[in-house]
Amino acid sequence: METLLSEIRERKHPYAKRRVWTFVFLLISIVFVCLYSVITGSVKLQLHEVWEGLTGEKDSMFYTIVWDLRLPRTIVGLIVGMCLAVSGTIMQGVMKNPLADPGIIGVSSGAALMAVIITIVLPQYIVLLPLVAFVGGFVTAMLIYALAWQGGSSIARIILVGVAINAIIGATMSAIMLLYSDRVQAVLPWMAGVISGATMEQAKLLVFYSIPGFILSILAIRHIRILHLGDEVAKLLGHHVERSRFLLIVISTFLTGIAVSVSGLIGFIGLVVPHIIRLIVGSDDRFVLPLSALGGGAFLVFADTIARSWFDPIELPVGLLLSFLGGPFFLYILHKRGNVRAFG
Amino acid sequence: MLSAKQVTYQHSDHFSIENVHIDIQKGEIVSLIGPNGSGKSTLLRLLSYVLKPIGGTVLLDGSEIHTLSRKAIAKKMAMLPQTNNHQLDMTVRELVEFGRNPHKGWFQSLNNEDEQVIRWALEMTSLQSYEYRFLHSLSGGERQRAWIAMALAQRPEVLLLDEPTTYLDISHQLEVMELIRMLNEQLGMTVVMVLHDINQAAQYSDRMIVMKDGKIQYDDRTQCVICKQMFQDIFGIDVDIRYEGDKPFFIPIRKTCHMSCLT
Repeated sequence: METLLSEIRERKHPYAKRRVWTFVFLLISIVFVCLYSVITGSVKLQLHEVWEGLTGEKDSMFYTIVWDLRLPRTIVGLIVGMCLAVSGTIMQGVMKNPLADPGIIGVSSGAALMAVIITIVLPQYIVLLPLVAFVGGFVTAMLIYALAWQGGSSIARIILVGVAINAIIGATMSAIMLLYSDRVQAVLPWMAGVISGATMEQAKLLVFYSIPGFILSILAIRHIRILHLGDEVAKLLGHHVERSRFLLIVISTFLTGIAVSVSGLIGFIGLVVPHIIRLIVGSDDRFVLPLSALGGGAFLVFADTIARSWFDPIELPVGLLLSFLGGPFFLYILHKRGNVRAFG
Repeated sequence: MLSAKQVTYQHSDHFSIENVHIDIQKGEIVSLIGPNGSGKSTLLRLLSYVLKPIGGTVLLDGSEIHTLSRKAIAKKMAMLPQTNNHQLDMTVRELVEFGRNPHKGWFQSLNNEDEQVIRWALEMTSLQSYEYRFLHSLSGGERQRAWIAMALAQRPEVLLLDEPTTYLDISHQLEVMELIRMLNEQLGMTVVMVLHDINQAAQYSDRMIVMKDGKIQYDDRTQCVICKQMFQDIFGIDVDIRYEGDKPFFIPIRKTCHMSCLT
């Protein structure tokens, strides 16, 4: 840590300046984006009205709008964005593939399957949706890891087993949706990824669960970095490769799981945000991970605000908007960069 | 210092290492040579405990290697595998810092002592001015030196190298070989390396181990190993052996069609 700080202070590293500026830029962005999100909606607020709402009487209109409607959604967006971006950063490190995404290990499909089952087949348990989705995601991830284990875990096997399991889950999901085609409506927004209807309770719960996740991710940074050297070199440096790979997958699964359980399937944040951050500050995860967290949070809050305000009277699911924007953007990056520098 | 006792390993039906016995003395430079697929890299990886033998043991400084923790091994012995990732997006300094990993607990960060070791490793490999250069911006020789600096930062007594000069220009090959010799002479470091270039191995090593089909065929002082008989037995070629000072080198004799072809 000290060497890291002195390195930043003395600006010896070629990227030192960019790293500091990116950090400052992202912090400022978060403040502005959150403000934008709070003032935007069917009732447009002025800045002083936001202030009144934040500090004012409990029964005033502004108080209700800010505390009950806007702020929960902003906080949920921020945390979900951070979780997805950090989770993506970790998964890309573990899989040594800049295009990896927590979806590989089946978290998203597992969570989606449980969400489909709950909303369509057992709608009486709908209150349990976040919990069940989380458990579904986690169990699927562990199942894939276990099936890929063969006296050791190899990345290629994890990816292949992941493809197979994801296919099976996808088919199951389609089957359920066909069988209960009259009830499909209920689950569609969740599949597209939404943050609407977020409550303060949800926001608090999310903060409560994500903080240990973030602390663990920061502690795990050195594990990700050493895996970049390759399994063999990491082992030769006295590192327990299997142990840290498992640990990292658990952390990443946990973060995606809590995000997905609240907001449904929001793609591309975990893929695009760390990727852009890496283009700017290099592949050192000591910088990529925290900066991606900030970037992911700011990006999702911004996208969600656009999704719910620009297309009035429809409220677009933010996941849909992100896929629409993220897909072409990603193609553009690939095209422009020609060859993406592998970093693992 | 480092020895293999009756080490056996099998990694497919076609290939196995059986009952290999070697003994590396402190301060020696030992080269492992042999044809492709003879098991020299496998033997090196068994010595470094990246691969676990199915029979026999490896002794590091008198202790059975499987009783030591990976970190304890890494403090005594460093190894550079052949396939080092050339695309790593990190600076020389960041790479060398990883060499301190075996000396660090889970939550420990680099302290003053580590800083000194890192400086020293960069100095030994003449990389001080490359500290903040990216690995992918270096030449092959410089990059190999950076990896060696990482190994040095482990403060090992034994250095294992798997084909450290393969894919390098001849000038960079010499640069790396000279560095290895310097580490051996100045620091008394024990070096075991797999080399492809037999003449290079002969120039730089005290002892040579020749492998074929997973077995050790020759294990002796360089001058005794480099002989016509060995090239016939192992590689099936005729050579001429010459001496430059006390170092032998070989020149392959072109196969011409002599009497045996006609009969």
